[in-house]
Amino acid sequence: MVSGDVTMAEAASTYRIQGATGEWEVVIGLEVHAQISSNAKLFSGASTAFGAEPNANVSLVDAAMPGMLPVPNAECIRQAVRTGLALGAEIHRWSRFDRKNYFYADLPQGYQISQLYHPLVGEGSLVIEADEKAGIPAPKTIGIERLHVEQDAGKLIHDQHPTRSYVDLNRSGVALMEIVSRPDMRSPAEAGAYVRKLRSILRYVGSCDGNMEEGSMRADVNVSVRRPGEPFGTRTETKNVNSVRFVMAAIEHEANRQVDVIEGGGTIVQETRLFDPDKGVTRSMRSKEDAHDYRYFPDPDLLPLELSEAFVEECRAGLPELPDAKRARYEGVLGLTPYAAGVLTADVAVARWFEALLAATGKDGAEVAKAASNWLISDLFGALNRLGKSIDESPVSPAQGAELLGLVADGTLSGSLAKQVFEIMLETGDDPARIVEERGLKQTTDTGAIEAVIAEVLAANADKVAEYRGGKDKLFGFFVGQTMKAMAGKANPGVVNDLLKKALG
Amino acid sequence: MSDLTDFGVAALRDGFRKGDFSAREAADAFIGAMEAGRPLNAFLVETPDHAIAAAEEADRGRAVGELRALSGVPLGIKDLFCTAGYQTTAASHILEGFVPTYESTVTAKLFGAGAGMLGKLNLDQFAMGSSNETSAYGNVISPWRRAGDSAPIAPGGSSGGSSAAIAARLAPAATGTDTGGSIRQPAAFTGISGIKPTYGRCSRWGIVAFASSLDQAGAMARDVRDCAILLEAMSGFDAKDATSLDIAVPRWEENLSGNLKGKKIGIPKEYRVDGMPAEIEALWERGIGFLRDAGAEIVDVSLPHTRQALPAYYIIAPAEASANLARYDGVRYGLRVLPDGANLQDMYAATRAEGFGPEVKRRILIGTYVLSAGFYDAYYTKAQKVRALIARDFEAAWASCDLLLTPTAPSAAFALGEKTADPIAMYLNDVFTVPASLAGLPAMSVPGGLDVQGLPLGLQIIGKPLDEQSVLDAGLAIEERAGFSARAETWW
Repeated sequence: MVSGDVTMAEAASTYRIQGATGEWEVVIGLEVHAQISSNAKLFSGASTAFGAEPNANVSLVDAAMPGMLPVPNAECIRQAVRTGLALGAEIHRWSRFDRKNYFYADLPQGYQISQLYHPLVGEGSLVIEADEKAGIPAPKTIGIERLHVEQDAGKLIHDQHPTRSYVDLNRSGVALMEIVSRPDMRSPAEAGAYVRKLRSILRYVGSCDGNMEEGSMRADVNVSVRRPGEPFGTRTETKNVNSVRFVMAAIEHEANRQVDVIEGGGTIVQETRLFDPDKGVTRSMRSKEDAHDYRYFPDPDLLPLELSEAFVEECRAGLPELPDAKRARYEGVLGLTPYAAGVLTADVAVARWFEALLAATGKDGAEVAKAASNWLISDLFGALNRLGKSIDESPVSPAQGAELLGLVADGTLSGSLAKQVFEIMLETGDDPARIVEERGLKQTTDTGAIEAVIAEVLAANADKVAEYRGGKDKLFGFFVGQTMKAMAGKANPGVVNDLLKKALG
Repeated sequence: MSDLTDFGVAALRDGFRKGDFSAREAADAFIGAMEAGRPLNAFLVETPDHAIAAAEEADRGRAVGELRALSGVPLGIKDLFCTAGYQTTAASHILEGFVPTYESTVTAKLFGAGAGMLGKLNLDQFAMGSSNETSAYGNVISPWRRAGDSAPIAPGGSSGGSSAAIAARLAPAATGTDTGGSIRQPAAFTGISGIKPTYGRCSRWGIVAFASSLDQAGAMARDVRDCAILLEAMSGFDAKDATSLDIAVPRWEENLSGNLKGKKIGIPKEYRVDGMPAEIEALWERGIGFLRDAGAEIVDVSLPHTRQALPAYYIIAPAEASANLARYDGVRYGLRVLPDGANLQDMYAATRAEGFGPEVKRRILIGTYVLSAGFYDAYYTKAQKVRALIARDFEAAWASCDLLLTPTAPSAAFALGEKTADPIAMYLNDVFTVPASLAGLPAMSVPGGLDVQGLPLGLQIIGKPLDEQSVLDAGLAIEERAGFSARAETWW
């Protein structure tokens, strides 16, 4: 871990571990491995589809057959450059691939093609949002040291045979971006927020699907502890942690373990550790002494990667609006609350859905944004939660949502009728106008029809009319109720009130 | 009819086209020679079925007027090229039994041009060696012998099976590969021609890798024209090799000319090494005379970093090899040695200990060492700097000349066993060929004469990047004047 930009990181976090001898501060850096979304692997034409039969997606190159050669996949490079740009990072127009040499059964070539000496992307950063409850009082910038492109290894399967392990090379050669942060995080919550934010950006860019449970994104977690204000302590690296929750748990456990060791008179050894999610602990994997000498050197099968200015600019021009900019626009232009803007922009799928919803209303965004945002966050999210579905699986389309909002806006539906219609939409998938039409749920403002019903209600309750006129004002509610009941709830409540008052004199 | 094994590539092609003989007759003649030539141990695998099938296809094609560039020509293929359906071992036990399911780009091009394959030619194991003595399947014996001596002579290496087979008329021509001289030195040792093109001309896809930044396929044949024909068929862009040059292949044969008017030939003074035998010196002078006679102007040039080329080569090539050969681990193909109770590391160790020969192990160890933490900058980084300086030397030389003329090797062929005890002496054989390899330049060896013991000597021509034409032209000019007609007497 590179020491350096300490000042910025020190300002905010008050997260401390209370040791027996006093307070400890945690220093965290993350190396996130993100699988690049592409149809083919980094250096071979083999498919990258998840969930295929073992060894179904293996080319001659992936299996390291004699005489096979890697050829870079331009789409993977393009996605990595776009990601670098989205992180505000410097794009190195000249970069190079290196071989990282070691023997293992999941690594057929006997070396991984990576980028040590000249990575594709240099310094960048991202901002994690303030989250008071999580102990992040203000937005915080987390430095990114570099981003490079490399091959994934295959997978060993140990549970199929009592004495043998099987090798699945489907992942062998799949393109990864390794995104290395500065040691700028000071609490598990900050690390969690960093991973979530990074995932959000990757999904916006479309360079990684961010599905940690499928292994598309995983983190190596570097943790050390120190007395506040003192120099960095010795770090450990916990490998391959595969969820935000586990990242936070691993840090928490590892930091406490280190405090216990130091306070017990021991020293932290620089080592590689593994996180056991079942027990919530980290375990030593190998120490620095038996660390590999990877003998990195430039891969002679590949020419240096030289990018034209035009290519980089084309990548930049093709970037979508990113979460920070979108959030600012939602607040500034659409007039949403910071909370709503945060919720709607965190996940690109939600933001896309919301914007499709606004577009489908056919109205000026600022005019309908509040109603749309309220409906999406309370009604739609509530329903999706209940159904266990993601926004992309929503049974209601943005166009249908917009139609529903329109029916409320033009007075066709009252708030409660709208909720009823929405429930039916969820069940049937029908358009709201059709539901209103077929089921006669339309709110009526037809004064003639309402007056006729009022006349009937008053005639049938002549005694109560007399009492009301005698001063028993509370009975007004009774007449409203009777009228609405007679009209099956579809009368416009405001119109009913006005007409009743007139009829009762 | 004369013996068809006396025919080279052009003669076979043209005779076949004219109807003087059938492709099948030509194939049968060479298959017969190959079988009779077994004492030379030039072929690791004989593939007469392939040669016959290609010949019969060529004969059927000729009947309907369909003629391809190499229709009627059978070839030997160095066993570093993966050939679909035919065992490919790189002359190493570690690949024993490995039958590729795929065809290397170069052999696919040759077969697509109508050529047939007589067999897979022996070589130094993984192309590491200069005498063919590192082959796991026994060394090739050169058809040449010293006058009045029957001691077996080295055919050169690593393409020693190729050179011996051509010199002994077991094949009209063959593929070779050249990493530091593996085409040129054996060509010189056996009195044939061989050209290594500009790095990137021939695809490396499907060629068992030794040192990726240096490996380059090339042509070996009896004369310069045959080399031009063969190289033209082997070359061309291949999207499967990221270092392949996306440049059209010139018509080398059609444009071949021994007239060197207007050409300047550089004579690099640093190649006059201490202790160079007088007859090598004399050969060089003779070559200079030939080129002057062909109309070229002779100029002295300097390549100041020549002395550093060999040490740099013996760092870079083993470094790349140490990684390239990591894939031979006993897991997916070839040899697997699994001692009782062995774990994964034990299997790797046992397989590689048994599968690789001593020279291969030596180079893997050297390569591993020079890439190790703490030594990387002192060796590998420095060697890369030397490599850049050597390339710059050539660049500077091109300001005053178009081609360079040097001896191919510092001596004629040595006897088998003569240098095996001293790896450094063996490495010194590459002293004149390695610089062009480090700079990726086209270079060729053509026979220039015989030494006092009656063994062939070669002259090397080095050209500018992509200027194979001038290299071939100068080769032809020498060939036309050297009158090299000596051939090994058949003793096998």
